[in-house]
Amino acid sequence: MTPASPRDAALLVRELRKSFGPTVAVAGLDLEVRTGECFGLLGPNGAGKTTTIEICEGLTAPDAGEVRVLGRTWTDDPDGLRQRLGIALQETQLSEKLTVQETLTLFQSFYHRARPVEDVVALVALGEKRGARVGTLSGGQKQRLAVACALVGDPELLFLDEPTTGLDPQSRRQLWDLVEQFKATGRTVLLTTHYMDEAERLCDRIAIVDHGRVIALGTPRELIASLGAEHILHFVPGDDVPVDMASLSGLSGVRLARQVDGGVELAVRAVHETVPELLAHLERARIPLAELRTHSPTLEDVFVSLTGRQLRDG
Amino acid sequence: MAESPITAKEVFARPPVAPRSGSLVQLTLTRLREVIREPEAVFWTFVFPLLLAAGLAVAFRARPPEVRVVGVLQDAADPEPAASAIAGLAGTEGLVPLPVDSASAATALATGKIDVLVIPGEYGVQYRYDPTRPEARIARLLADGALQRSAGRIDPLGVEDVRVAERGARYIDFFMPGLLGMNLMGSGIWAIGFSIVSARSKKLLKRLVATPMSRAQFLLSFLLSRLVFLVLEVVVLVGVAHYGFGVPLRGPLAVLALITLLGALAFCGLGVLIAARPQTTEGASGLMNLAMLPMWVFSGVFFASSRFPAAIQPFVQALPLTAVNDALRANMLEGAGLGAVAGELAILVAWAAGTFLLALRLFRWR
Repeated sequence: MTPASPRDAALLVRELRKSFGPTVAVAGLDLEVRTGECFGLLGPNGAGKTTTIEICEGLTAPDAGEVRVLGRTWTDDPDGLRQRLGIALQETQLSEKLTVQETLTLFQSFYHRARPVEDVVALVALGEKRGARVGTLSGGQKQRLAVACALVGDPELLFLDEPTTGLDPQSRRQLWDLVEQFKATGRTVLLTTHYMDEAERLCDRIAIVDHGRVIALGTPRELIASLGAEHILHFVPGDDVPVDMASLSGLSGVRLARQVDGGVELAVRAVHETVPELLAHLERARIPLAELRTHSPTLEDVFVSLTGRQLRDG
Repeated sequence: MAESPITAKEVFARPPVAPRSGSLVQLTLTRLREVIREPEAVFWTFVFPLLLAAGLAVAFRARPPEVRVVGVLQDAADPEPAASAIAGLAGTEGLVPLPVDSASAATALATGKIDVLVIPGEYGVQYRYDPTRPEARIARLLADGALQRSAGRIDPLGVEDVRVAERGARYIDFFMPGLLGMNLMGSGIWAIGFSIVSARSKKLLKRLVATPMSRAQFLLSFLLSRLVFLVLEVVVLVGVAHYGFGVPLRGPLAVLALITLLGALAFCGLGVLIAARPQTTEGASGLMNLAMLPMWVFSGVFFASSRFPAAIQPFVQALPLTAVNDALRANMLEGAGLGAVAGELAILVAWAAGTFLLALRLFRWR
C-alpha cells in the first residue's frame, strides 16, 4: 500500500439515499472528506447524520448512491477495510461484565496492527479504571472507553458519532486534544456533533445537514462569513410587547432579523451603525428595552439561520 | 495512582504493535468471563443438576417391593363371603386386602386406592379392574392365585423364587442417561441462545461487527466456552448417577466423552441457529421452547422413544436428543463402544455442522 497523497479523498459519498419505511433519512447526500482533515457533519436531530455515518462505516446498506471509503467500496473487501477504520458509535454498547483492560485487549485482538492497550488507556485517561468493570463506569468514562476501542486498531480513518455527548468539560478538552493529535499524524476524522464550539474548534471543514441533504459546506470561517454579518445583536423587548420584524429588517446594516427564544436577533454589518437606529425605532414604536447584547457570529448563528423556520418560511 | 504522563502526540508517534493475543482466545475468554461474572447463571448451571439429583435420590431411594391393594366388596346383609375372601387373601406376599362397601367401591377403584375389586359371589368370584394398568393386572393375578389356592387348588409344579436386583435394568438406569441428554440440550440451547440474543438486543453485536472481527470465530467462541462448562456438568451428573445411584458405566469412558462432546456441539449449533434472527429474548425463548418441545416428548428422556408408531420413527430417530440418549444408554448400560454408536454420532455431527453453517448464513448482526 502506498501512502495516500493529501489530495486523495479518504471518503467519497455520491447521491446517497436511505429510507426506513416511509421515513426518508438520507435524501441524495454528497460528501468528500480529504485525507488528513477533520470533517464535521453538523445538523439537528433527525437530520440523517447518524444514518450517513453508519452507511460509511459499512453497518447500514444504502438504498442508492455510491460510497468509497479509503478508495474502496464496502463490497470490495469489507474485512480489509474494517482493519483500517476506527469507529465510535453514537452510543457504543460494551459488555458490562468485562473490565476496561479486558475490553480493549478483546478489541485489539481483532486487528493485524494495533496500539498497545496501555497507550490507549492513557490516551483517554482511564489508567485508574483499568481493572474496573465497564458496568461500573460513569457515562463519560464509558464514552472515553468507546473512543479508546476506536483507536486501539491504529486506524487511518476515525469515525466519531457525537463523541463528547455527556462528557464533562475537562474530558471534552482532553478528547479534542486527542483528535487534534490524531489528525496531526496525517490521518482523517469524520465526526458528527451538535456542539457548535466543538465543530468550530476541531473541524477543518463542515457540512451542515438537514432533512438528509447537505445544505451548506465549507470551513467554519467560510460558513460564518456566509452570514454576511460581522456581529449579532440580541435584544429582549420588555413587557412582552410584540415587535414588527419587517420594519427591523429595514434598519441600516441589518442582514437578517428573526425572533428567537425570548427575544430578537439581528445579524448586522456594524454595531455602531445599527444600534442608534434600533434604539430610535423602539422609542418610536413605544417598545421598552429589557436587554441588549452583542456577540461575534458563530456557527450557532449559521446553523440557526440555515435551519430556522423563520428563514425558511420567509 | 497518577496517570502515566504520556501525551497523545507520543502515543501516535509510536509504531503499531501486533495484538497481544489471538481473537478466538479473547472471544472465548470473554464468553467465560461473562458467564462466571453472572452469579445467578453459575448457580443454575451447577446447582440445578445437583438439586435434580437430590430429588431423584429421594424418589429412587431403596424401598421394599410395592404392595397391591385388593378391595373386597362387603355385603352388609351377608358379611360371610367377604370375610372368607379376606381370609383367603391374607398372608399373600405383595398384597393387602381392604374391605370396601358398595357405596365407596367404584370411587376407590377409579382413584387407584384399590387396584382390583373382588366381588365374592355364590358360585365364584368377579374381578373388576382396569386392564390397561399393569398394577391392576398384577393385583388381579395375585388375588386370583391366593383365592384359588385357599379354595383348594393344588399347584402341580413346585416353585422356588430367587431374587436378584440387576443394575442397568431399573428405571433410574434408564432415566439418568436421558437426564444427562436433556441437560446437554437445555444448557446448550438456553445458555447460547440467550447470550447471543441479549447481545443483539443490547447492541453489543453492532459494535463488534464494526470491527474486523471474524464472525465465524465469534459464533465459535460460544461453542468453545460451552465445552468448558460441559466438562463440569457431565462430570457432576455422571458422577452422581454412578456413585450415588449405582447406574453402571459399562462402555468405554472415552466414547461417553465423545458422545457428550458431539451432543453438546449439536445443541450449541441449534442454539446459535435459533438465536440467528430474533431481536428480543422474549421472541427467542418462544423459538427455543418450540425447538425443545418435540425432543422432550419424542426423544426418550422419560420413556423409550420406541413407543411411538413406526410411521414417525424416522423423524424421532433424526432428532439430536434421540441420538444422544440412545448412544448414552447403549454406552452406559450395554457397554457399547465407538462402532456401536457410530450411527448416532454421525447424526450429531450432521446437526452440529448443518446448524452452525446455516446460522452463519442467516445470522442478523445488528
